[in-house]
Amino acid sequence: MTPTDPTTATADTVLEVADLTVQFPTDDGLVQAVRGVNYELRRGEVLGIVGESGSGKSVTSLAVMGLLPGSAQLSGSVRFRGNELLESTDKELSRVRGQGISMVFQDPMTSLNPVYTIGDQIAEAIMAHHDIRKDAARRQAVELLDLVHIPHPEQRAKSYPHELSGGMRQRVVIAIAMANRPDIIIADEPTTALDVTVQAQILESLRTAQKETGAAMILITHDLGVIAGQADRVLVMYAGKVVESGSADDVFYRPRMPYTLGLLGSLPRLDVKTDRLTPIAGSPPSVVNMPPGCPFSPRCPLAEEICDTEEPPLEAGSDPDHLGACHFAYRVEGHDPTELFSTAASDATPLPAGTNDGEVR
Amino acid sequence: MTEAATVPSTTESDRTPVLSVRNLVKHFPVRSGGLLRRRIGEVHAVCDVSFDIYPHETLGLVGESGCGKSTTARAVLNLQPATTGEVRYDGTELGTLSSKEMRQLRRSMQIVFQDPYASLDPRIPVNEIVAEPLRIHGLHEDGGKERVRDLLQTVGLRPEHGNRFPHEFSGGQRQRIGIARALALEPRLLVLDEPVSALDVSIQAGVLNLLQDLQAELGLSYLFVSHDLSVVRHVADRIAVMYLGKIVETAPAEQLFQSPAHPYTQALISAIPVPDPRKERTRQRIVITGDVPSPVDPPSGCRFRTRCPKFADILTDNQRQLCKDEEPQLVDRGQGHPSACHYAEAAQLL
Repeated sequence: MTPTDPTTATADTVLEVADLTVQFPTDDGLVQAVRGVNYELRRGEVLGIVGESGSGKSVTSLAVMGLLPGSAQLSGSVRFRGNELLESTDKELSRVRGQGISMVFQDPMTSLNPVYTIGDQIAEAIMAHHDIRKDAARRQAVELLDLVHIPHPEQRAKSYPHELSGGMRQRVVIAIAMANRPDIIIADEPTTALDVTVQAQILESLRTAQKETGAAMILITHDLGVIAGQADRVLVMYAGKVVESGSADDVFYRPRMPYTLGLLGSLPRLDVKTDRLTPIAGSPPSVVNMPPGCPFSPRCPLAEEICDTEEPPLEAGSDPDHLGACHFAYRVEGHDPTELFSTAASDATPLPAGTNDGEVR
Repeated sequence: MTEAATVPSTTESDRTPVLSVRNLVKHFPVRSGGLLRRRIGEVHAVCDVSFDIYPHETLGLVGESGCGKSTTARAVLNLQPATTGEVRYDGTELGTLSSKEMRQLRRSMQIVFQDPYASLDPRIPVNEIVAEPLRIHGLHEDGGKERVRDLLQTVGLRPEHGNRFPHEFSGGQRQRIGIARALALEPRLLVLDEPVSALDVSIQAGVLNLLQDLQAELGLSYLFVSHDLSVVRHVADRIAVMYLGKIVETAPAEQLFQSPAHPYTQALISAIPVPDPRKERTRQRIVITGDVPSPVDPPSGCRFRTRCPKFADILTDNQRQLCKDEEPQLVDRGQGHPSACHYAEAAQLL
């Protein structure tokens, strides 16, 4: 882990996402999946993006890779090493994908081709970007399999995906992701489908991949534990926006956004005995036709009138690197989840998801 | 199982278990792909599992996918009859009951499933979903409507939403509907099969709190099946860890985390990330290699030996021979609770 020095970081920026919005037109209205996301990724760092389902964390990274369906409406800017990706043609993007930025998806069975051996698939990824003979590419494939700790890589290269376990398959995907020494590896819920003991192995393989290639990594997950162990910096997303960002320590120990605090309080811990959890009442808002104001206000214990009318910007407090999107961030800092959130079992007035009739709270 | 280690301090020791499972075995046939579908093997899903659950108590059954925890849960309810072994509810052995008697007994033992999207019929309103068990048991005539209202209230839903359909509710709310349905017949034992695994963390906490409250109010016993040790630590009084169809260690919750004795439990605890960056950076990980062997052909002797870090790195060849030859029994080996490892040794990991 190499903590990045913020003063030299700007020159080191490999990816810059600014005001990114993604909308999908649907029969029910416009789905605002991503509503203005800004972040910078610095060379060699691990940026963790955490959020619950529907928070827009995956769509953000698919937009970066240019992998969204044609119906998606994008605006804003995604600059990779100074080049604007959103305006690139598909051909230009193909050069970036795999070589500049590569991706590890959640489900390794669907990201591998079932009718080719894994050795061929890794070799294919290498040959797509390098003028290299097939047997040389095959040799590199075996080396890559060895790097991600696959036993007997020579024989394993001849296996088909269905012959491997889920954990092994995910390691093959990681080998493909690192094959062309990319500048960025985006891992989208890479361990969600796997058991914990296998998760530990995969996280280690990802670390190896990142070290070997010197790539920066974007690690997208809903698991705060994984983020705590892997990420240098953390973005917390809610309803299509970044609501908090900062170093892992800042976000975990001094959250400035009630949502982050609520998430930490909702989590049963392995290391300490908790008597009572503090759930966040209600459910995330529907991203179709979002109401004005802070998207978290219907669930927020601190919400006041202003929260329903004005969406708070992502702002720094005393520390310029620790941002929070809350009108009352100063009231969150330094508090324990139990001080703000109730430990009630039932949200007294739970409303079905998708019906934002505004009477919650 | 040693009684001394399993009895929580709050209750008298001479009480009788609500549920008592002895030597439970469940095998599934593996058939050939051809026309004859000959029997070519057996999946040893659950092998010789025994445990008790006492009134007001939560037993957490944890393990990774394929360890047999859900099969155990289903066998307990006789949804999938056990191959051999016995399951006693309040002294009555389930295997001997006629289907009519079994149906009667099901009033006392109910299940909540993992996926709240698949376990509720999308075409009937919530009121009817919760009323269904009452109708089946002929209890609906007598104040069934009020009972349904009460149940929805109990699980933290608004009774006036009862005429809505499942799709109008969020995942957490659907799970609450599933819990209301399970409570309709006033059971004493709830089998919770991964009840919060499909939910986001902020929602999961509310359901866990609800389960805690219901247990306190209604005096329920829970068999809580989960892959998530953090959740199990939070809810369970006692925990049984399963690996490849067997219980490898069982202890009161606090003891299991303070002094895990089986190498698998230790690996499991050390593999789970904690939402605390400083702790995470300094934690020692016991990384176990490889994957779970096939339950069609489990390893001889100790089933964990193929992945066991102790077997691979610490034991001598002589010691290893014992692991290969003899299956370790689940007994107390001086750690204050039973574990199934010839070389069990308590470790402090947290």
